[in-house]
Amino acid sequence: MYVLIQGLLSFFAALGFGIIFNAPRKMLFHCGLVGGAGWLIYLQCNAWWTDPVKASFLGAFTVSVLAHLFAKAFRMPMIIFSVAGIIPLVPGGLAYNAMRHVVEHDYLQAIPIASQAFMVSGAIAMGLVFAEVMIQLLFKFVIKNGALSK
Amino acid sequence: MAGTEAQELAIECCLLAGRLMMEAGAETYRVEDTMERMAQAHNLRMTHSFVTPTGIIFSPGTPHHTQLIRIKKRSTDLEKIARINDVSRKLVTGDYSLEQAYMQLQTIDRVKVVFPFWLQLLAAAWASGCFLLLFEGHWRDLPAAILAGGVGYIIVVLVNEVTKVQFFAEFVASLGVATSAFLMVYFGQGNELDKIIIGGVMPLVPGLLITNAVRDLMAGHFVSGLSKGAEAFLTAFAIGAGVALILSFR
Repeated sequence: MYVLIQGLLSFFAALGFGIIFNAPRKMLFHCGLVGGAGWLIYLQCNAWWTDPVKASFLGAFTVSVLAHLFAKAFRMPMIIFSVAGIIPLVPGGLAYNAMRHVVEHDYLQAIPIASQAFMVSGAIAMGLVFAEVMIQLLFKFVIKNGALSK
Repeated sequence: MAGTEAQELAIECCLLAGRLMMEAGAETYRVEDTMERMAQAHNLRMTHSFVTPTGIIFSPGTPHHTQLIRIKKRSTDLEKIARINDVSRKLVTGDYSLEQAYMQLQTIDRVKVVFPFWLQLLAAAWASGCFLLLFEGHWRDLPAAILAGGVGYIIVVLVNEVTKVQFFAEFVASLGVATSAFLMVYFGQGNELDKIIIGGVMPLVPGLLITNAVRDLMAGHFVSGLSKGAEAFLTAFAIGAGVALILSFR
């Protein structure tokens, strides 16, 4: 039940961002799907390892892979699907907490949180790029073998 | 049509497509790729394009002059990117003639296909509510987060329209988010100020800029990567400063 609610919420959050970023109307649903899937993976991995850095990496990886698949299927730029999907993973809460500690002149508390926010955003970026490289290798391999000629 | 005239039009076409895509927030490598494909479809072999977030330098090869085009405004418009992508694909496969493609691109430039403002506002407010719950906030704080997100989005759009300074607009908007969240908590309509503010600030977060900046850097487009990263950092700093100002009065 918890997972279902979280999935629905992240689906609608990504959908909302699709509207804000003016995504093509027919693709809004898919934007939501990408966002929901990425968040669920993040949530699940975070529950296993309690390490938001790894979880963010895998979440972003999922988002990017799905975005590439949708992009190939609908012949649209992948950015349409990935942008809205990545938003829930952005470490807004960590950055906010770091900021709050700085404002309260509690610099020692702020530094570890800020470093974690930095690591998480790095992990998201790595996830995006790794997925892209792998997908490109995969498509090259598939095309070379002629198994799936589009 | 005579060869050179057609090529001049093709160059115009490339530049227009490049400018539109960059204004809509496309990735740098995609813009360069699109421009080069369009040029190659019209026998411009030795093209070079250098795309940055603030301008495009395009060199179409020996008989033609190198051209520079300035990019003055930057926003996020995924619909526009998709439509330009479609035009360039059709131009390369030969479904569109050069004139048709140029006409299409000009139409895309003139006619804006956007969601109505009230729907965008609703989406922003709605997304803020969702984020509150995603970050394990309580259902009771939902109205406060929705209000804060809506207020932030209205302010960022209006101030940006008036002042044209993104940085300032984001700062004022996050001030608005934090103030409305603070007032809601003050009048007993919300409990966790932190979660409400985080939810309300989410629509302002420069998500597209961050992802694009890193992808550009990894693809070797260091100039655009660094400048987009700087823009994202400024925006994030503006949001943080706005929130921090209100928190420091608490």
